[in-house]
Amino acid sequence: MIYLDHNATTAVRPSVLAAMLPLLEEQSGNPASVHGFGRTARQRLDHARRSLGTFFGVHDSLVSFTSGATEANNLAVFGIAGMRDRPGHAITSAVEHPSVLEAFGRLQQLGHEVTLLAVDGSGRVDLETLARQVRPDTFLVSIMQANNETGVLQPVTEIGHWCRERGILFHMDAVQGVGRIPWTGERLPADLVSVSAHKLGGPQGVGALIMERSLSLQPMLFGGGQERGRRAGTQNLPGIVGMGAAMQWLAEHEREEIAAMARLRDRMEEELLAGVPGLVIFAREAVRIPNTSLVGVEGIHGETLVMNLDLAGFAISSGAACASGKGEGSHVLAAMGVTEALALSAVRISIGWNTRMLELERFIQQFIHIVARLRGGTGARGS
Amino acid sequence: MAYNDKVLEHYEKPRNVGSMDKNDLQVGTGMVGAPACGDVMKLQIRVNENGIIDDAKFKTFGCGSAIASSSLVTEWIKGKTIDQALSIKNKDIAEELALPPVKIHCSVLAEDAIRSAVEDYRKKQQKGGVDANRV
Amino acid sequence: MKLPIYMDYQATTPVDPRVLEVMVPWFTEKFGNPASRSHPFGWEAEQAVERARAEIATLIGADPREIVFTSGATESNNIAILGIARFHKSRGNHIITTVIEHKAVLDTCRHLESEGFEVTYLPVGTDGRLDPKRLADAINERTILVSVMAANNEIGVIQPLEEIGAICRKRQVHFHTDAAQGVGKMPLDVQALNLDLVSISGHKIYGPKGIGALYVRRRPRVRLQAVMFGGGHERGMRSGTLPTPLIVGLGAACAICSREMAAETARITALRQRMQEGIMKQLTHVAINGSTEYRLAGNLNISFAYVEGESLMMAIKDIAVSSGSACTSASLEPSYVLRALGVNEELAHTSIRFGLGRFTTEEEVDYAVRTVVDAVNRLREMSPLWEMVQEGIDLDSVRWAQH
Repeated sequence: MIYLDHNATTAVRPSVLAAMLPLLEEQSGNPASVHGFGRTARQRLDHARRSLGTFFGVHDSLVSFTSGATEANNLAVFGIAGMRDRPGHAITSAVEHPSVLEAFGRLQQLGHEVTLLAVDGSGRVDLETLARQVRPDTFLVSIMQANNETGVLQPVTEIGHWCRERGILFHMDAVQGVGRIPWTGERLPADLVSVSAHKLGGPQGVGALIMERSLSLQPMLFGGGQERGRRAGTQNLPGIVGMGAAMQWLAEHEREEIAAMARLRDRMEEELLAGVPGLVIFAREAVRIPNTSLVGVEGIHGETLVMNLDLAGFAISSGAACASGKGEGSHVLAAMGVTEALALSAVRISIGWNTRMLELERFIQQFIHIVARLRGGTGARGS
Repeated sequence: MAYNDKVLEHYEKPRNVGSMDKNDLQVGTGMVGAPACGDVMKLQIRVNENGIIDDAKFKTFGCGSAIASSSLVTEWIKGKTIDQALSIKNKDIAEELALPPVKIHCSVLAEDAIRSAVEDYRKKQQKGGVDANRV
Repeated sequence: MKLPIYMDYQATTPVDPRVLEVMVPWFTEKFGNPASRSHPFGWEAEQAVERARAEIATLIGADPREIVFTSGATESNNIAILGIARFHKSRGNHIITTVIEHKAVLDTCRHLESEGFEVTYLPVGTDGRLDPKRLADAINERTILVSVMAANNEIGVIQPLEEIGAICRKRQVHFHTDAAQGVGKMPLDVQALNLDLVSISGHKIYGPKGIGALYVRRRPRVRLQAVMFGGGHERGMRSGTLPTPLIVGLGAACAICSREMAAETARITALRQRMQEGIMKQLTHVAINGSTEYRLAGNLNISFAYVEGESLMMAIKDIAVSSGSACTSASLEPSYVLRALGVNEELAHTSIRFGLGRFTTEEEVDYAVRTVVDAVNRLREMSPLWEMVQEGIDLDSVRWAQH
């Protein structure tokens, strides 16, 4: 079975597992304990925190570990909203991950006003649209760095700059961006950045919210005072150490890895376009992260294609993992104005750190073969 | 809670732990601190006829730094005159043991203990002198 | 015997090697996202998650569909308390808990006060137990939730859950228990105890850190407002990718508890007795904090009068223990739990929590007893207070020079 669904989750890198295992094998302490076991745990926690701080170019104290990106996104949205004493206005885009969209939905229930920015045909937000929607009481703009379904990059640097000049807090969901586009090492474009470990070769169950400067966010979880009071609960030390190791690996190797993924992806797209007449690569003209291709063949249902590829030994997705299986069309493609018929044909292929050329070649062959078979067979058309 | 080596050394091998007869006219006893605050120090000095502290003993209820401070003080004041002993300041103790800010109060307590012991000794001498004249 | 000896099992436990063994393949080989419905990586992960759910449910007599995965007991407590309060706000705004709960419950309740809720913090007796009558008297028509821990993290005292459950059921008030310390260490049946919500922690029962669960009753259905949103995982009660390796670990940890709890409790109780007797036989003026009858097998919380806690910790540094709960022991404040039992401040300062567990040996217990007895004797020899007590002076009558 060949795995090409790295935007859903990735396997843990060997070096990451090697860093984690000792903590699972030995007696490892609670970082809050004062005895030797606790102090060692604290040191390992601090070390991992430093890896993230260094990667994002912020002080260690601005890194808060969470249970994952969903929590980090929620903490950013509710944490900022909770700093206010009266309701206000917040802006996000129509193509965000459900963990941002649904958090905004909750903001509305709590009495805030919310604007969902429309996107263009490639799924991008533009600054002018944003500028038109901003109001005097706008307290938050939340835009993702890269889209999980299409891989399209948003103009976050411009948005961040624009928001900063106006004193509006900007949150960026960087879950799909980190490790997929080189981190510049310049000042963070956003006041708050969400990261997930399991999308970049780290373990599931850990993520982080990075702050560009110290904000007194209202916590979501209470009790114990961990993470400088921003996030209560005994830290998931093996997970955090794993995330630290993954970030350290990226700091040293991300450029080669990203370049390798880009070569694989470009080759695949070329061969698929050549081999499958009528194949559409969504948002192909837009700047995208180099591991993601959302493709569709009109007339062939995405689910059908995914199932056939599964039988042939390839794991891809017909949409985002969180939403797949719900039978709903993609909200991202709908926002891009893609027709429903074409949207239903979409399948996502996402390459990862352990994808090899040989595997991809076999995938391309099978993809071409299966599409041809589905087109030739009865009932393959008409979804 | 990382302790300095000198604190650990005194804590593990405290000098001059014990008690002297508090009714002895040559002995001055100082007791400072309170159990509710987490430290109580008892320091005793014996002053010979030449005005030299020829023995010192302590007992301390308190953290490692409190124990080390009192142990150090007994070492320092032995062989000194009362005035020399009184010139020892908490700063000297804190520096010698490299006490962190949260433990400075231990050195203050140790300085207070010297004063308290000397005071007791002097009181006894005055009283003792009067008594001796009566006999 | 390896030094230092770990005796802080209430702060965190090591991962059982049998648990780790089943976890590891899920990091690297079988690493799918259980929400991926389109390929076997996802299906396989989903099956493993469901198996774990069943293992957890079995341990507490629940239905697998009543188990919600969280990142740990702190989150479970938050979801239960915030979730019930916010969802049932229109019905009432009164919550009842006890003064000795874990911070994850107390701080959450305090936060709810700022959202307009009223919270009653019930006192406990000198044995650390809540009097159910007090609870019954505290419930009023606006009460929507009672949250009482199963067993206390500092003193190990077990609460009268059955009586509390019966009262809550009769008065139609939700009953939540923080069972981070109780699950897997004492029989806990959600039906028999009438529990509506139960918080479970992975790393207190030899499972991994970063994972926990919340039992949410289905019949009669308990409804709550989620704390985290996005993706609608866990029937909307807790969104976020399910961390398969951690969940598999929690399931395996619960399965071991189901099988071994009875034998393990007997073994650890014997170790605790041995430790308690060893210390009490050789030292006077020591007191066990909290009920000895209603107590977790692995908890021994003792006050050693006339020695100072921090210096005692230093003297027994080969033994990793806690002088309070792990969350607060970095501060020098005496434990609020001991204070709630009426232990005076001086004695609270001298208390040590010995946490015994699955991997504690008799040899370790004997070593700990020797070390503690020697240290206390040595420190008492050095203690002016001990000397005064030996001379028959009543310390309470002394006027101390406060500074």
